Amino acid sequence: MANFSIIVVKRLFNAAALILAVVILNFLLIHIAPGDIVDTIAGEMGGISPELITQIRAEYGLDKPLYEQLALYVWKILQGDLGHSFFYDVPVVELIWDALPQTLLLVITALSLALVIGTILGVIAARRPNGAFSHFITVLALVGFSAPVFWTGIMFLIAFASFIPLFPPAGMADPGLEPGSLDYYLDVLHHMVLPVVTLALIYLAFYSRLSRASMLDVLGSDYIRTARAKGLSDRVVVYKHALRNALIPIVTIAGLQFAQILSGAVLVEAVFTWPGLGTLALEAILRRDGPTILGILFFSAMVVVIFNLLTDLTYNLIDPRIRIGSKE
Amino acid sequence: MGRNDMSEQANSQIQAASPSFETEVDILTIEHPLREAARMFARNKAAVGGLILLVGILILTLVVPFFYTVDPFDLVWAPLSPPGTENAPFGTDYLGRDILAGIVHGGSATLAVGASAALLAVVIGLSVGSLAGYYGGWVDEVLMRITEFFQVLPTLLFAMVIVALFRPSVATVAFAIGVVSWTAVARLARSEFLRIRSLDYIKAARSISSSNRRIIWLVILPNAMPPLVVQATLAVGGAILFEAGLSFLGLSDPNVMSWGFMIGSSRDYLMDAWWTVTIPGIFIFLTVLSVSLIGDGLNDATNPKLRER
Repeated sequence: MANFSIIVVKRLFNAAALILAVVILNFLLIHIAPGDIVDTIAGEMGGISPELITQIRAEYGLDKPLYEQLALYVWKILQGDLGHSFFYDVPVVELIWDALPQTLLLVITALSLALVIGTILGVIAARRPNGAFSHFITVLALVGFSAPVFWTGIMFLIAFASFIPLFPPAGMADPGLEPGSLDYYLDVLHHMVLPVVTLALIYLAFYSRLSRASMLDVLGSDYIRTARAKGLSDRVVVYKHALRNALIPIVTIAGLQFAQILSGAVLVEAVFTWPGLGTLALEAILRRDGPTILGILFFSAMVVVIFNLLTDLTYNLIDPRIRIGSKE
Repeated sequence: MGRNDMSEQANSQIQAASPSFETEVDILTIEHPLREAARMFARNKAAVGGLILLVGILILTLVVPFFYTVDPFDLVWAPLSPPGTENAPFGTDYLGRDILAGIVHGGSATLAVGASAALLAVVIGLSVGSLAGYYGGWVDEVLMRITEFFQVLPTLLFAMVIVALFRPSVATVAFAIGVVSWTAVARLARSEFLRIRSLDYIKAARSISSSNRRIIWLVILPNAMPPLVVQATLAVGGAILFEAGLSFLGLSDPNVMSWGFMIGSSRDYLMDAWWTVTIPGIFIFLTVLSVSLIGDGLNDATNPKLRER
């Protein structure tokens, strides 16, 4: 187990270095950007005197040398301060915390659905690799990969919110409803259907293909041949022996995907005006609200780093073949 | 892409287990690998279909504009006229611009962004991956850390920031997409170079004192080509989707007509006029589909493990 703690320390160090690199990138992006907070304030006030500019620059520390500004920036982020939004006039961290639950609700629901259904479809397809159902899965995956996700969402909107108005076209809940009441939750559920289905579809394509491939790989291995030779029933071989091993790569990739899916949610949120991180990011870009957009970029990158770390360590723990240098 | 290999292996194992009655390949006469790949590709119906589809799209975007000369920015008819209207067979958008003209004249911008972004991604990825894989050691360590850094940045958000920083134009959009999507190519190139570098013919090349540069470009690269070509093809499809996504969010050059721009500018009218968004989307979908089919076909044709199929 000593080796495992060395791996943990190494990975932690690596993750910290990555996060620091993202912070530095963010800082550089702020400085590359044409115009800074002074221009924004000057723009809001409609003209500004040179003395006032110097005063504002001093107030925000913009008159200090670049490395001092960087140190200050890193120090602030360590304290959990991602800056102040120009447009919303509140701390960026607050904006992110307010938007995060909605995005998580969308992403976790879509990803779980895609994972479960995709795995089942893939396993069924793998039992007859040249059968009709298997070809159907291949076609489904191809279509899922080739259609722009926002376009699929728009097609659902046109079909099920306009032509057949089954679902609401935008938002997360009727503003007239009391948050926390049963009606409110039912309404959220109603609003969720289209965005979740849209987001789930691309990942469904991905997981069904992945689980089909993983299953086929396992089914071709020697121990499955042995299990069959022992006279075990097909059902036991497929679901007890093969599926457990086929799940390893699927679960690993799901962990890695969860992090990237956050950025995929941007487009779906934009289509359905779902009040999450993606809508916030888009709004920030359109308003040229630098601190907010960079705050979201930093936050998302941090989530990716942490998820990669967790997936990596879990993988190390659950799969004995991966455990480097272990003597057990 | 590593997952693909698994299914290929599995397929070949399954097929190896069942007796094959096909004996058309004569072991004694060896065909040139490129000819063989072309023959395998031509036998693949889906891939040939993809190729035909792509040729059709290229004709539509490169040749048809000379015959259908309506300016896509011109206001030709009443705004939001449905398809089938006189003068505008695909209808008009919210300003009264001809959708068919947008499709015909806007395709080249979409394809140009897709192709140049993919080219940039391949150039960066190939450079990073080949150096890392060939030299190994600290070069590999440093380059892979950089790759990892680019992998943790959420691609769409990062591209949005780059485009917004430098104002949206065809060049900045292509640049942003290239910069955020080279990591897959780099990882693939690295693993190929790592594998090939230890093969006997590289030792042979070294023994006749070939320079590193010669070995990288003239010996390893041609042998690493097949999977890289497949990856590059898929990168074109990915870049077109990416461009469409950015345009949908309003981050595209407002002075250049493209399929993504058509969708992005009609966003607020999609509930009243389905055709303004649906039609350009179909063309994006068909283009990406054709590229994916070709990519899959190339993969099957150049991968010896899949030959028995």
